[in-house]
Amino acid sequence: MAGNVGLSPHYLEAGLESPIDEEGVHDSFSQLIAEQSEDGPEFELQALARELDEEDRDYVNAYLTNPDQKPQGEVRQKPQGEVRRGRRDLDRDEEAEPLNQTAEKWSSATLRVLSSMPSRTIGRTRGAIISQYYNRTTELRMRRHSRPSIRDLHHSSRPSLRGYRVQSDSNETDGANEMKKQDNLVNNLQSLSVSDRDRMLRAMPLGVAAKSEIRRLVLCKEQISKAHGQIHCCSQLKFNVIIAARHAWYSWLSFLHSLQLWHVALKRVGGRFGTGVLSYFLFLKTLLFFNLFLFLVTGLFLVLPQAVHPPEPPPQGHLNFSGLELLTGRGYFSDSVMYYGYYSNYTLNGRSRMSGAPPNASADESASFESAPRGLSYNMPLAYFFTIGMAFFITCIILVYCMSKSFGQSFRVEKSHDMVAMKVFCSWDFKVIKKPSVALMSENISTQLKELLADVNRDHDNKTLGQKLCRLTVHCLAWSICIGSTMACALAVYYLADHMYNGRHLLAHINTMDPQLGGEASLLALPVGVSLINLLLPGLFNAAAWMEEYDSPSVRTYVAISRNLMLKMCLLGVLCYHWLGREAVESQALGQQCWESFVGQELYRFLLMDLVFTVLDTLFGEFLWRLFSEKVLKRSRRPVFDIARNVLELIYGQTLAWLGVLFSPLLPGVQIIKLLLLFYIKMGSVMLNCQAPRKPYRASQMTTIFITLLCFPAFLGASVCVTYTMWSISPSSSCGPFRGLKTMMQAGRLWVEQLERDTPSLAWLATAHAYLVENPLFLFVAAGIFLIVIYFHTQVVGGQRKIIDLLQEQIKNEGEDKKFLIMRLQSIHEKKRSPPRHSSSQDSAC
Amino acid sequence: MGNKQTIFTDEQLDAYQDCTYFTRKEILRLHGRYHELAPHLVPMDYTKEPDCKLPLALIVNMPELNENPFRNRIVESFSEDGLGNLSFNDFVDMFSVLSETASRELKAIYAFKIYDFNVDNFLCKEDLEKTLNRLTKEELTSEEVQLVCEKTIEEADLDGDHKLSYADFENMITRAPDFLSTFHIRI
Repeated sequence: MAGNVGLSPHYLEAGLESPIDEEGVHDSFSQLIAEQSEDGPEFELQALARELDEEDRDYVNAYLTNPDQKPQGEVRQKPQGEVRRGRRDLDRDEEAEPLNQTAEKWSSATLRVLSSMPSRTIGRTRGAIISQYYNRTTELRMRRHSRPSIRDLHHSSRPSLRGYRVQSDSNETDGANEMKKQDNLVNNLQSLSVSDRDRMLRAMPLGVAAKSEIRRLVLCKEQISKAHGQIHCCSQLKFNVIIAARHAWYSWLSFLHSLQLWHVALKRVGGRFGTGVLSYFLFLKTLLFFNLFLFLVTGLFLVLPQAVHPPEPPPQGHLNFSGLELLTGRGYFSDSVMYYGYYSNYTLNGRSRMSGAPPNASADESASFESAPRGLSYNMPLAYFFTIGMAFFITCIILVYCMSKSFGQSFRVEKSHDMVAMKVFCSWDFKVIKKPSVALMSENISTQLKELLADVNRDHDNKTLGQKLCRLTVHCLAWSICIGSTMACALAVYYLADHMYNGRHLLAHINTMDPQLGGEASLLALPVGVSLINLLLPGLFNAAAWMEEYDSPSVRTYVAISRNLMLKMCLLGVLCYHWLGREAVESQALGQQCWESFVGQELYRFLLMDLVFTVLDTLFGEFLWRLFSEKVLKRSRRPVFDIARNVLELIYGQTLAWLGVLFSPLLPGVQIIKLLLLFYIKMGSVMLNCQAPRKPYRASQMTTIFITLLCFPAFLGASVCVTYTMWSISPSSSCGPFRGLKTMMQAGRLWVEQLERDTPSLAWLATAHAYLVENPLFLFVAAGIFLIVIYFHTQVVGGQRKIIDLLQEQIKNEGEDKKFLIMRLQSIHEKKRSPPRHSSSQDSAC
Repeated sequence: MGNKQTIFTDEQLDAYQDCTYFTRKEILRLHGRYHELAPHLVPMDYTKEPDCKLPLALIVNMPELNENPFRNRIVESFSEDGLGNLSFNDFVDMFSVLSETASRELKAIYAFKIYDFNVDNFLCKEDLEKTLNRLTKEELTSEEVQLVCEKTIEEADLDGDHKLSYADFENMITRAPDFLSTFHIRI
């Protein structure tokens, strides 16, 4: 601070001004302002004048109270610490210090104007907040309703063009003015709709007491206006209905809140591990809700009706229950509502069951339609077809909605993550409440800051060509290892499946219908093999990634995700080919009874094995490894929870569940149980064994990526498989709701034909059905439209991104403009100030 | 149910519901937490809106805040007197702003207040130094702290006054996608 001693002539000059002179200067300054701003917005300048006014008073006060202390300008000339200074002077010195660095010599008047600029008072004083929100509500009202006549409003409270203008409230906020503002706000709020009003109220940065006062005023006014105006009975009714609806909505919200699953557990995880690990559990919860929905739909429309009207019992009667069924899903389960094969192909109705449903020929099928008594009847094939179709459709819509919402939240603006400022202000995770985790987090933040500083200071790209080449080779090597091992695994799975398939048919030919324990257990070979691959290969990928040494952690995460995803997609692709391409087509030739049920059982086994192996992995990989490293290696470091891998495993399991819904309507139920178990196991293991992750984790972006992955390869793949099965694979002829039909699609057509025959007036439906559903052209057109919509959407998002960039640019420019204007202000101030004391300032300079 | 009626009237609960991001149940739970902090001071009956404030030292002891390096600033920013004494209304305010559903702007305003240690409406170098020392538990050397401060101001300052006003701060916050999820305390 000693640095600014007397270097600037302005200060010198200011220092020599007597308070009385200042008055005169100020008057002339006001004139100047008035001259210069005849057509400009006088408001700002008036404020400026007021500021100056106030400053003068300060000078006088300072002078009067402390006669031996010279006014502030002069204080600066003195070496620091010589004069006892009040807090205000201290502030000014602090303000002046950075200015000194940039050699921009702003007088204290300018600084005071600066500090009372609208953008700088937001959120500070009550009056400012109220008038800001007044402007906003007015804007909203203008958008929602007809434009209010602007003449009714008080001049000072007219909405400004920017909508952000805030009264720069001087210290003497007169209570009357504030009351007026508040009145205006209340008026505006009253004319808004209830939801808008609540939104505004909630977003206001005021205390609850102030807000509820405003709310009370609004409600009072509403009632008064109601009492004054003659209320029609219908508007009274409307009012009551609105109130009742609102209450219902609140109680519904409360109910939803009480449903909030695992609140405490999630809080504990968040408190200890932060947002990253928490996102895994939140994802699990989302999946749970998806499955709950699927389960409810299939349970209500398929399982329940069928369970109430069980079909003819199979000839051989029920098999005994032995423990192995739980693993293989065969035996006791195979003839139950669990699988496709159990469902009947006729219309269920209240009184009589259609006895002896004819196994084939669609003519008989239609006969069964005809003979079904009117009234309480339930067409099972149709129900099966439409339930699955609708479930997939609704899931698709929800998924896309989730995805777009998540996109909107996380990808506002990209390329901004490695700013120091953001690290400083946005990296602290306020959720974390556990002491060791807090220590770890601050350690992480300081390391990251150090790295950022090093990045800033270091010149980029100092690698030689040789190093680059070396690195490229390593990358190629790692990728080829990963791709090679993935291919090898896919091939192995293919041959294993082939082998199992042949072996099974051989066995079936040799000893017919003799379920052996060994034969049963051998069914588990394929799921165990696949789960083993799923367990072991990610380890290999991690080793490859370790070899590669990626610079940025995010690239490393993306590479790991894409490799794991590739593996899982390959495996699932091979399996789908095996099930839909071979089992389905060749089974009838080999005389297998019901391939759909078999595929359902396979999927059940896969799902179960996935769970078993995850549990084993948790036990061995996390628990025992922790014990080993603590007891034997004497290291205090614990394993880190691998979020990406675990989430991918969840996605894999969910894909299996979606694939299996068609073949085993109760599979979502199994998946629900699995997810519940998984939640508790993982939660326990994480709490017991893991430590908070060291790498920074961009949670919101990752969540978006995971939802996208869930939607794009997982759900899309599953629904393509299911659609293909419905569309073009002929269902097995001896079991299931579609027996005797060429494809599952035919169920819909038969029904339409039936309808047409019964009620000729509905003939258009049949034509519509023939053209819309059966004609592939329509599908292509629909898909095309869908793609076009997506294209437009991406274009719009791209445009918005551009606009955001432009706006950022504009903000920057406005900053420049502001700087420029302040300089102008300062120079005008100086110009006006200098002439009267021209000589004296020169004197002092000498 | 009967219990609920004795703590708040229906209108009070409605008002809380309309003015904060909480539902009735959560308000009651919050009251429970507030009561827990000082059972002998906080009445169970809030229908008469009693004037009762808890000092900073008590609030800061909540497990949600206890390890937070900014705990004192958080409590001070939400207290009406600026000293850290919280009435129940302030308490509700605090967790409403820190809740999951609060708007970005509201969060930004209060985050700004929290980081503004000397309450001068600007984040100046002094504030930044304090923030950094709290964030890193004084693990950075003073030169590093200086460097980080300069860099931060250089990046975020738009109007060239070498300190961050609210407008600068807000502009920076809008570009940080994770701010919404990290500036959040589950109650």
